[in-house]
Order: sequence, then structure tokens, then C-alpha cells
Amino acid sequence: MSEQHYHHEGENLPPPSHHDQQVITDAAAKGYWRANLRLLAQLLTVWFAVSFGFGILLADWLDQFSFFGFKLGFWFAQQGAIYVFVALIFIYARRIVVIERRFGVDDDDRDVDAANDQGAS
Amino acid sequence: MTTQMLTYLFVGLSFALYIGIAVWSRAGSTKDFYVAGGGVHPVVNGMATAADWMSAASFISMAGIISFVGFDGSVYLLGWTGGYVLLALLLAPYLRKFGRFTVPDFIGERYYSKTARIVAVVCLIFVSFTYVAGQMRGVGIVFSRFLEVEVNTGVVIGMAIVFMYAVLGGMKGITYTQVAQYCVLIFAYMVPAIFISLMITGNPIPQLGFGAEVLDAKGLGSGVSVLEKLDGVLMDLGFGAYTQGSKSTIDMFAITAALMFGTAGLPHVLVRFFTVPKVSDARLSAGYALVFIAILYTTAPAVAAFARLNLVDTVQDTAYADAPAWFGNWEKTGLIAWQDKNNDGVMQYSAGAALSPTKPIFTDQKGIHGERLLKNEPSASANEVYIDRDIMVLANPEIANLPGWVIALVAAGGVAAALSTAAGLLLVISSSISHDLLKQTLMPNISDKQELLFARIAAAVAVCVAGLFGIYPPAFVAQVVAFAFGLAAASLFPAILLGIFSKRVNKEGAITGMLVGLIFTFSYIAYFKFYAPELNNSVNWLLGISPEGIGFLGMLMNIAAALVVSMMTAPPPTDVQDLVDDIRIPTGAGVAHEH
Repeated sequence: MSEQHYHHEGENLPPPSHHDQQVITDAAAKGYWRANLRLLAQLLTVWFAVSFGFGILLADWLDQFSFFGFKLGFWFAQQGAIYVFVALIFIYARRIVVIERRFGVDDDDRDVDAANDQGAS
Repeated sequence: MTTQMLTYLFVGLSFALYIGIAVWSRAGSTKDFYVAGGGVHPVVNGMATAADWMSAASFISMAGIISFVGFDGSVYLLGWTGGYVLLALLLAPYLRKFGRFTVPDFIGERYYSKTARIVAVVCLIFVSFTYVAGQMRGVGIVFSRFLEVEVNTGVVIGMAIVFMYAVLGGMKGITYTQVAQYCVLIFAYMVPAIFISLMITGNPIPQLGFGAEVLDAKGLGSGVSVLEKLDGVLMDLGFGAYTQGSKSTIDMFAITAALMFGTAGLPHVLVRFFTVPKVSDARLSAGYALVFIAILYTTAPAVAAFARLNLVDTVQDTAYADAPAWFGNWEKTGLIAWQDKNNDGVMQYSAGAALSPTKPIFTDQKGIHGERLLKNEPSASANEVYIDRDIMVLANPEIANLPGWVIALVAAGGVAAALSTAAGLLLVISSSISHDLLKQTLMPNISDKQELLFARIAAAVAVCVAGLFGIYPPAFVAQVVAFAFGLAAASLFPAILLGIFSKRVNKEGAITGMLVGLIFTFSYIAYFKFYAPELNNSVNWLLGISPEGIGFLGMLMNIAAALVVSMMTAPPPTDVQDLVDDIRIPTGAGVAHEH
């Protein structure tokens, strides 16, 4: 149990994966985290804009536009923002995996998946 | 077969299904019990999370509330979905990488402090019990209306079912039961919604029908959209326009924020992301959960608008003697009442409370038109009709003249929504007691088997306490919904967020922050809800923020206090900083676990 040092009260540690043998350099970890924060900032800006922005703060002004029979501000508040929320999560899930691979910090365990396919699960 | 028999059949079959699943997926270890063995597929976990999340309130009450407040109801739609973006982007992947069992686990380890863990347990138990009491009551209400048993008998039956699968199966049993419950509840919600959308607009998709033209009596387009017609009709009756809000912008903003951040800080939702195999699965799983939730949450505002239109059409200027059968059915349950103020035998519906006090108090007598007579004084308003918001979804199939099996389905759906949420809540309560309080704090030497036994005992006790809350609801249950979200937003959410995104925040900062957020929010809500309810209006509110939205301010205070105190005290030890570095990197979260 080599990870014991940070789980001081711990038990049930996650089983080590093959990545633990690889060294993730400090530079890779820092680079990954900066790229992640940049992506988060972009996506959360959209999150804020469609809900608090279009749905609340600008709703009255947007209501002058008609959109498929809805006033636009009302549509964002009761329909549109929700669709954008769903899209944001999947966009993040896709783009962050690309960033992870670039910095070599992904959780893709191909060997283990193969072992599972043959194994008892 | 009568509707009554169909309802028994549907509810009975769904119960048999849940128990069958519970027996099949019995938990064998604490890992099974707390996190379903950690090998749940992200789509399955997403579906279970959706059922866990959508409670009796989402299923029964939400469309009804939106129906009556129109645009202002957007706070619930935005708040209860937008929180998932925060979960998926800011919390779930890192908690999965951390890879333990409970939310207090994370707070206790990250802030290297038993005090922090216990503060987290206290927040968790308060939030979860508030919630679960409402669920048990919801089960009781559905039973009493559709199966015509006493509310209390309904609560006891509900307790027995939850007991079976939560105590036996733990998280594993709950996860697979919730998948079944999601299917039942979403089918039950969509079928009447599609029928009503077809009836009013000719469009089978409620989300599109919501913006479409209303059909006239001949079934042709009338040239007026649903929302235009609704705005017009309501303004004629003295209400505000449906698409215009009456809440102030700052209050809308604060309530939406409190619900969003509260959603992201709710322990029974967070713990679901401990059950998937990988970090990337945690993100995907939150995405699937929101897809499954969005199906109901984008339908609800459409149902709300259709139901309001239908209601006004049916009730306004209709002679009581000509009212449809459902009106009398719901009058029997006390959720509708009519007081013939001008003695013309015709129902006049308009803005303003119909009765004084506002809830009807019935006498045993019937009036000349057959209506139930009331003890209430007539109010100053010309409005003669009292309608409880909760009936909008439940009465919808009857209002739309749908067949008996649809009504039976809605009953089974309502029960599924309430039971799935109750079970998820009971599980986090029991694991916080057996794991965080006993194993990690008071009795560190117990074995895995003993801990599992304690977890089952804690779940059993929690079921009984929740049942008692359902049977003897404290008068304040309806008042304290704001507590659950406000407190989660003001206490747990910032502690977790800062724990991941800052390496500098230390135990002094986190504990101060949680206490500041908790005490401020608790006092504000308690002051306006219990101590001085007569002062509860926008003139007296701090910055114009209502008790429902104050959790947002509490959250900001929590973050500010945590940062300031952390800066003035020593940074966290190196091993804790290493832990933060480690959870930020997806690699090595552990691989798919055995079932």
C-alpha cells in the first residue's frame, strides 16, 4: 500500500493501476491543470450567460424577440438554458479527455479493459 | 377493470419489481453497501441519479407551482438543472478520483480534521432528514388519493418497501431499483403530457406544443399561441401575465443560485459519483443524469401552461352543476373548494385568495348545488375557487379525459419518485453514521462485517424516524425546503469546491467557513420562517433576498471567511497538498471493480 502516506485514516485504497508505475512530471501536471482551468472558465461563462444572463438579467429585454412561438427570454428561462446545460457537460467530457491525453494524465486503462473482457466480470 | 383496481395492480406490480431487484442485488460488503461495489456503468448511474434526484416534489408539485407563478417558476427549472453543470465540471470527477465512500470522508481527509468531518456529518444529516420527511409524506398523499387508504397506512407501506431494499441492498440495491423507478416515473409523466399537448395544440411533443398555436373547437389553428392565450386569459381575470415575473430580479438571481449551488452540494447526489469505475465516467454520468432529468424538467413547464389553460377553461364561469367529474373528486380530498359568494351557482375564478384563512375548512354539510360547505369566511376578493397547486399533475389525466390505466400509471409514478429519493437519502444518512461517526471517529477498530451491520441498523433506524416524520409531520416541514438547499449551498458546496481548487485553504479556514455559512443561513431562514413570519416580505429582507435565496449569500460569506482565515494561519501540511495534486489528475483512480 504505497499510497498510505496521504490516506492517514485510510483503508480501502484504490487499487494501483499501471499508470502508477509511469512518472507524471510536474510540468505535465501543471500544464494539464492550467488547460483544464481555461476550459472550465470558457464553459462556465456560457453556463452563466444562458441561465443568469439570458434567463434572468436580460430576460425582459430578450422577450421582445419571438422564438418558435415563445418570447425569447422566457424560452431561455424555461427551456433553452436546460438544453445548453446538457450540451456543456458533454462538451466538457469530450474536450477534457483530449487535453488529458495530450499531457499523458488520462484514465484510459486499455490493458485493464482487455483483461476485464476476458475475466470474470 | 375499474381505475381503482388498475391502480392497485400497477402499484403492486411495481413494488414486486423493486423487491425482486433488492433480493437479486443484495450487498455483501461495505463497499457494495456504500458505493455499489464501485463498478456501475455511467448510463445506469445517470439514470439512478435522475431517479434519486427527482423527488415527489419534482414529480407532483413542481409543474403545479410553475402553473400558478408562471415565469417566476423558472428559478426551480434553472436551479435544479444548472447545478449538474457545476457537479460535472467542478466536483464529481475529483470526488471520484479521491475514491472513498462519503462526502464527510472527503472533507475530513482534505482538511485533516475530525472536527471538519463532524461538522460535515451534522450538515449532511440536517439536509437529508429535512428532505426525507417530505418524501414519506408524498408517498402517503399518493396512497390516500389513489388507493383510498389512510395517509398513515400509506406511509407505513412505503416504509416497509424502502426498508426491504435499502437495508438489505444498500447502494447496490438502491441503484438498480432506482433504474426501474426512473423508467416507471418518466413513462408516467410523459404519457399524460403527450396526450394533453396533442389535445391543446395537435403537437405530440410537449416541449414544442408549449410554443405552438392553440387549436380551436374545430381542431384548426387559432392563430394564437399557448402562451399568448394564457397571458391574455390570466390578465382578463386580474392575474399578472404568465410570461412576466413578479419577483425582483435580485431575488430571482439569488434563489436560482442557492438552488444551483445547493444541488451541487447535496450529499445524496454527490455520493452517486463514487459508484462509477473511472474519473471520465463520473463526468459522463453527470451528463447522462442531466439528460434523464431534462426530459422531465423541459416537459414540466409545458404541462404547467397546458394545465393552467385547461383549468381556467373548465372552471371560469361554469355552473357548479355542469362541472366535470374530476372537480368533485378532488373536492372530496379537500384540495379544491368553491364558495358561492354571489349566490349565482356559477364558479367565478380570478386573482386573489378565495378564502380566509386561505386553506379550506369544510363543514359536513352540502350546499344547494351539491358543493361542500366551508367554515372559512369569504375573502374580499371576488374569486370563489380554491385550488391546491399539488393537484395540477395528479389531476391532469382526469382533466384531459384520459383512460383509467393512465391515471393508475401516474399513481405508480408518484410513488416511484418519492420512494427512490427517500431510499437515496436514507442511505447517505446511514453511511454517515456507520462510516464517518462510528468507523472513522468513535470505534475505529470495528471490522468490515461489523461496520456493515451498523450501516444496516442505522438505515433501519433512519427509515423509522423518516416514517414518524411522515405520520406526524412537524408543522414546519413545508417551510424548511429552503433549509435543505440553502444549507447545502452555504456549508458543503464551498468546502468541497475550495478543497479541490485551492491548496492554500486549511482546516481553520474550512471549518470557520462552514460554520459562518451554516449559522448565517440557518439564522436568517429561522428568523423569517419561524421567529417573525409576519416580517417575511421584501421590505425587511437583507438586500431584497428572500429566505429561499439566502443560501447564495451564505455561500459567498463561507468562501470569503475560508480564504481570509486560511491566509492568516499556516498552510496545510505537505501530504495534504500532495493529496490535492493527486485528485486533480485523472490517472490512477482505480479500475473497474468486481461486482
